Amino acid sequence: MSATVIRNARLLDPASGRDGTGSILVIDGVIAALDGGNGAPSGATMIDCRGHCLAPGIVDMRVQLREPGAEHMENMVSASHAAAAGGITTMAALPNTEPPIDDVALVDFVARRARDIGLVNIHTYAAATKGLKGRELTEMGLLAEAGALAFTDGLRAIADALVMRRALSYARTFDLLIIQHPEEPNLAAGGAMTEGEMATRLGLPGITPAAEVMMVERDLRLVEITGARYHAAHISTAAAIEAIRAAKQRGLPVTCDTAPPYFALNETAVGEYRTFAKLSPPLRGEWDRRAVVEGLRDGTIDAIASDHAPHDQDSKRLPFTSAESGIIGLETLLPLSLELYHNGHLPLISLLRALTCAPADILRLPAGRLVVGAPADFVVFDLDRPWQIAEEDFRSKSKNSPFDGRPVQGRAIKTIVGGRVVYDSKD
Amino acid sequence: MAFDSMMLPFRHRHLLGIEGFSPDEITTILDLAESHVEPNRQADKKRSVMRGRTIINLFFENSTRTRTSFELAGKRLGGDVINMSVSGSSIKKGETMIDTAMTLNAMHPDVLVVRHPESGAVQLLSEKVNCAVINAGDGSHEHPTQALLDALTIRRRKGGLSGLIVAICGDILHSRVARSNIQLLNIMGARVRLVAPRTLLPAEAERLGVDVFHDMRRGLKDVDIVMMLRLQTERMHGSFVPSTREYFHFFGLDYDKLAVAKPDALIMHPGPMNRGVEIDSEVADDIDRSVIRHQVEMGVAVRMACLELLTRDLGNGPAIP
Repeated sequence: MSATVIRNARLLDPASGRDGTGSILVIDGVIAALDGGNGAPSGATMIDCRGHCLAPGIVDMRVQLREPGAEHMENMVSASHAAAAGGITTMAALPNTEPPIDDVALVDFVARRARDIGLVNIHTYAAATKGLKGRELTEMGLLAEAGALAFTDGLRAIADALVMRRALSYARTFDLLIIQHPEEPNLAAGGAMTEGEMATRLGLPGITPAAEVMMVERDLRLVEITGARYHAAHISTAAAIEAIRAAKQRGLPVTCDTAPPYFALNETAVGEYRTFAKLSPPLRGEWDRRAVVEGLRDGTIDAIASDHAPHDQDSKRLPFTSAESGIIGLETLLPLSLELYHNGHLPLISLLRALTCAPADILRLPAGRLVVGAPADFVVFDLDRPWQIAEEDFRSKSKNSPFDGRPVQGRAIKTIVGGRVVYDSKD
Repeated sequence: MAFDSMMLPFRHRHLLGIEGFSPDEITTILDLAESHVEPNRQADKKRSVMRGRTIINLFFENSTRTRTSFELAGKRLGGDVINMSVSGSSIKKGETMIDTAMTLNAMHPDVLVVRHPESGAVQLLSEKVNCAVINAGDGSHEHPTQALLDALTIRRRKGGLSGLIVAICGDILHSRVARSNIQLLNIMGARVRLVAPRTLLPAEAERLGVDVFHDMRRGLKDVDIVMMLRLQTERMHGSFVPSTREYFHFFGLDYDKLAVAKPDALIMHPGPMNRGVEIDSEVADDIDRSVIRHQVEMGVAVRMACLELLTRDLGNGPAIP
């Protein structure tokens, strides 16, 4: 038996709404008692939080690990270290690896690697269609039995309406979740940034914001027919948020997330063709950015994910239209999200909900809450500490972040997974 | 056993589907079929009730089992049977089908036994001819003689149909066998369950008077009869299930899933079977529980009964103008 007492912490548990000083007793990787500090067994390890915040470890529901297939950009070891440094204790990986995760053996591979590395919890989604090609369904039942958390074609929308209907319908058979990259691909084809004045001035091909809401609205119709659980990833437009808000009011089993760039930046970040500001979906106009903040505030947007997308220099040091889309995000997820709190947009507890129990509930993971019996996965963070994001500090193998140099407030100082400290900033 | 079919209640000109039949009429067919079972097992199987009658098996879709069964049924009753196979790809649908039927009609057959890949095609054809028409399967609509032979098989083993719990499992969406069986079993007072992945269930299936399940272990709990259906890959456009491996794992009948059914539950399959896809070979061949071979035997008896009932009142047809 191994026992750890974590004391002198401001415990923040969004699932229960709790916010107050307390301690946690951890036995064998599981929360054994809250405020049971007096009953600590002799020989227990003591962790003093010195009054800092302690929340459930962050559950990041959208990460690209690049393993197998592109380990020079990222692998599960480097991503695990980056996650730990960012206060993330659970990652859910997209299946867009090489080969794609569309077979039971590959789900087993990810699980085995995660176990061997043993830093943070790594789960994987599996492809919804074989080879992510959007045609034939994968063996969702067997893949789920092997541990696949949900089904998605990653960066590709499941575009064919009939295939999507079947995917939802088949997934419902086993009560599984389908995650969509909500962008109408024919409409977005060839686009490099969001459509509008800025794209026009830069002479870049635009992607209309309508491409997002069109796919979301189509999918919502299919959800209505099939009754399946559906999650729209990285929502970035006011129209799509409004469609999801209305769907939730109608009682459809629909959830969505967004990522920090969609509330922390707008299209102006592209500036002089900065490829680190090229994302999919693209950074939107200010009106849409504000709608994302409002969506988080009123709960229409359930979760915030890093949408971590590592790319090497060769993929980004290209003319804007040729460059790859996506930015890294594991180490900036917490401080960028805390901006919403420091700016007065969201109460701290609501913000933490979007990072912990909300994604855990969507994925039906036992993580994300401070409750006896739950895994002892925590982030201890200094809420107010000012610092500057710096590329050279990133543990991720890739450095593609548009936030390099950005002054932020608040950062993780300890990350604990299964009762074990996997990251300690030593300050 | 002396059985006067003229005394039995039966008021149909065609046998296009189970829909619309009364319990008495179904019982009539089953009773008459029952009377053919023993004679069919004798060395001399030939009877003469259809002597002089002409039966044409008109198959617009490939079939060996059903066609052979109808052919034997007609011949054992003393009728003259002709087989015509019109392969689906070589004909243009609609008008050509009717032209074919009209041509045959002009030769004064007494019964046309018709199979067609499109739902409703057999009824359309029946409106254009003046002989009796038996639907030997139309698209995903009905296959009435299959449901009747299933009913006879069950009745012989269980003594009746009323009150039994019957699970129909697998590719319901494309299955005419399922649709006919749902009708018949409901008419006869059995309780029907459907067990299938959602992609293989038609919309609002529960409106057919059935309980719908998506899990074999729940759907088969305490059932008296397990009817497995063939995964009809030839009728599938696109991907309804990801693989036969996954399909068998979750929806294939094996002893493990069968364990929750009643200990004396019977296993049925309309054939042809995909072993290792919807049914485990051992289960299919279990001589104590599988009645799949009996179904085939009952098929001839049931088709004899149908041919006999439909032709008993037929006089001379009108001259073709």
